[in-house]
Amino acid sequence: MIDFELTPEQQEEIKAAQEFAEEQFRPVSRYYDEHEHESPLELIDKMWEKRGESMFRLGLDPAAGLRTEELCWGDAGLYLCIPGPALGGAAIFLSGTKEQIGQFLGKFNEGKPKWGAMAMTEPHAGSDTAAISTTAVRDGDEWVLNGEKIFVTMGKRALEDSDGFVVVWATVDKSAGRAGMKSFVVPAGTPGMRVEKLEKKLGIRASDTVTIVFSDCRIPFDNILGSPEVKKVDKAGTKGFKGAMATFDATRPIVAAQAIGIGRAALDFVKETLQKEGIKIRYGVPRQKLTALERDVMEMEANYKAAKLLTLRALWMMSQLQPNSLESSMAKTKAGLAVTRITQKAVEIMGPLGYSRKYLLEKWMRDAKINDIFEGTGQINMLVTARRVLNYSRDQLK
Amino acid sequence: MISFSPTEEQQMIMTMVRQFAAGEMRRIYRECDENGEIPGSIVDTAWKMGLVSSSIPEDYGGLGGERSTITGSLIGEELAWGDLSIAMHILCPALLAYPVLEMGTETQRKRYLPLVCDEKYKSATAALIEPRFGFDPYSLSTTARPDGNEYVLDGEKCYVPLAAEADVLLVYAREDGSGQGFIVEKGTNGLLIGEREKNMGIKALATYELSLKNCRVPKENRLGGEEGCDFAGIMNCSRVALSAMATGVAKAAFEYSRDYAKERVAFGEPIASRQAIAFMLAEMAIEIDATRLMTWEAAWMLDRKEEATKEASLVKAYADDMVLMVTDRAVQILGGHGYVREHPVELWLRNGRGFVTFDGMAVV
Repeated sequence: MIDFELTPEQQEEIKAAQEFAEEQFRPVSRYYDEHEHESPLELIDKMWEKRGESMFRLGLDPAAGLRTEELCWGDAGLYLCIPGPALGGAAIFLSGTKEQIGQFLGKFNEGKPKWGAMAMTEPHAGSDTAAISTTAVRDGDEWVLNGEKIFVTMGKRALEDSDGFVVVWATVDKSAGRAGMKSFVVPAGTPGMRVEKLEKKLGIRASDTVTIVFSDCRIPFDNILGSPEVKKVDKAGTKGFKGAMATFDATRPIVAAQAIGIGRAALDFVKETLQKEGIKIRYGVPRQKLTALERDVMEMEANYKAAKLLTLRALWMMSQLQPNSLESSMAKTKAGLAVTRITQKAVEIMGPLGYSRKYLLEKWMRDAKINDIFEGTGQINMLVTARRVLNYSRDQLK
Repeated sequence: MISFSPTEEQQMIMTMVRQFAAGEMRRIYRECDENGEIPGSIVDTAWKMGLVSSSIPEDYGGLGGERSTITGSLIGEELAWGDLSIAMHILCPALLAYPVLEMGTETQRKRYLPLVCDEKYKSATAALIEPRFGFDPYSLSTTARPDGNEYVLDGEKCYVPLAAEADVLLVYAREDGSGQGFIVEKGTNGLLIGEREKNMGIKALATYELSLKNCRVPKENRLGGEEGCDFAGIMNCSRVALSAMATGVAKAAFEYSRDYAKERVAFGEPIASRQAIAFMLAEMAIEIDATRLMTWEAAWMLDRKEEATKEASLVKAYADDMVLMVTDRAVQILGGHGYVREHPVELWLRNGRGFVTFDGMAVV
């Protein structure tokens, strides 16, 4: 049955996330935007204590998307600071063995706050993930990693500030192309792994983004996720690469939900301001009678809704264990575009209030842009969507 | 619990309607558009599926199924995918039936609902749009004035589907500043059906202008009697119906241009393997899906009797833009071939352009 109703429990959980965002994120939002590399230690401890609560657990269903929206409505950068295994955890969860899940994720139930990170991008390989050049060479009971990863979200917190881990994508056989691509779990403190260069960013400044260098970094053989074998079945790819892509299918809608949260923050701000000014948005009035402002606000609202429903559908399919590669790319593409436009338009509409750092709107515009870039740029997501829509391989549609 | 899956029953209905659309409607729609006529036989065949009568209680001769705007939206999309003119023709009696069912008095239900439950298709329609710039359903120029035991209707209407054939018309007019419905039977003095209209699209659907000049109807013909009707509710049902239909038209154009792009070779490759074309198609697919989901959400709210003016009008405006974007791109992807009438995309563009005008021309 087509249904948009949340269970009372889900409503409670979403409300709790909303309250946390409003009470804990919003008051410090500006501070951590202006003090880029400072860590919100108290807040982190608070979130770590509450780690059992639904809002801080990684979920891949519609309600999880809605909780994520609420938290990012509060602050998208602080959202990324939530201690936990995050995207790296999703990769382990989706392609690791039972033992690996226990070994790497078990410690997230105890001790001090910790983070998981995912390292894919390299200086010369962004969206073209198959072109990565970090190598993993087997040496007896170990893998030896060499290479450089950039733009690792929360890499510093995972590896320097805590006893976390990073999931690293590397090739075990360059000649095998995508088939040779595998993922490895590297725990914090492993010799040969260095965190370098803390990026200064346009937005989401509360989160850290780092470069990680691997030089003869040795990890146990069992830290590989999935099979170590390189199967040269076809050029299109094997399990290793598909593992990466499956992770994206799962995580893209959550990233879309993050975007939507920022979009709604901007939209709420615009609507509240208009209300204070006594300006009413008249729904149901014919287009030719609407003011330009009403048209803009309605377009923003409709785009927000479109992105949100596409995201909820992708997550719902995920929770039903239906393949959702097309739908999750659609959601991410639409959400990235929609919130970039919503926040930019909001700044325009609010005029001097929009551009001023006295209010958070300008920050939201800067924060929102990351959603059009990370976890696949808008263009790459459009390409993936197009391939799925056309039933084309990457050779047929480059 | 959030779910995006139609019920089994809805899926069965969708399959049935889709088969009809693919087999029957798609066989003749181009000819219908060229000739401006829809054969009675296809309407009769469609009518036998009971798409309207299914949700009318048995007491009035219907099949007594549940009335659901979601189900109606699913049907509307499938039918419009087949052809918009034929879809609107088939569903035209609902323009009278659904408002009477939901808001009519018991006398009105008993008198008019059996008409649309007949085995044979019988036309009934509604008149809302008025032929003037700046038309606004919420401030109609057509007026209704009480006079003794009667109402006197005066005004001009246009885009009234099947007005000439309809036995009963539901005419919307302004009474004391609010929109109300008045049931006008064929042959009532002062009801003058004008010439058949000539439009850019939906050429197979017969639409008419009509004038109401001192047109007197009994007081009991006011929809809902003394209580009147929920005019905004009817408008919202219409917005959802038209959004669903826009989704169907857009889907037809998308599928055709996608298949064409995969076959048409230029510079040694199918044009679909170029990002300029592929990205257009991807965006078309995204926006079609987004519109469908927004339509479902608004329909779901209406089924729960929630106030949905915001949702329904947002999705309608979104659907108006979406269907124009998609059908225009479909023509563009076919290039010169899209402009000639050998291919259907130009028809879909003409039909798609109409949605922004079609207020109250369909309900689900």
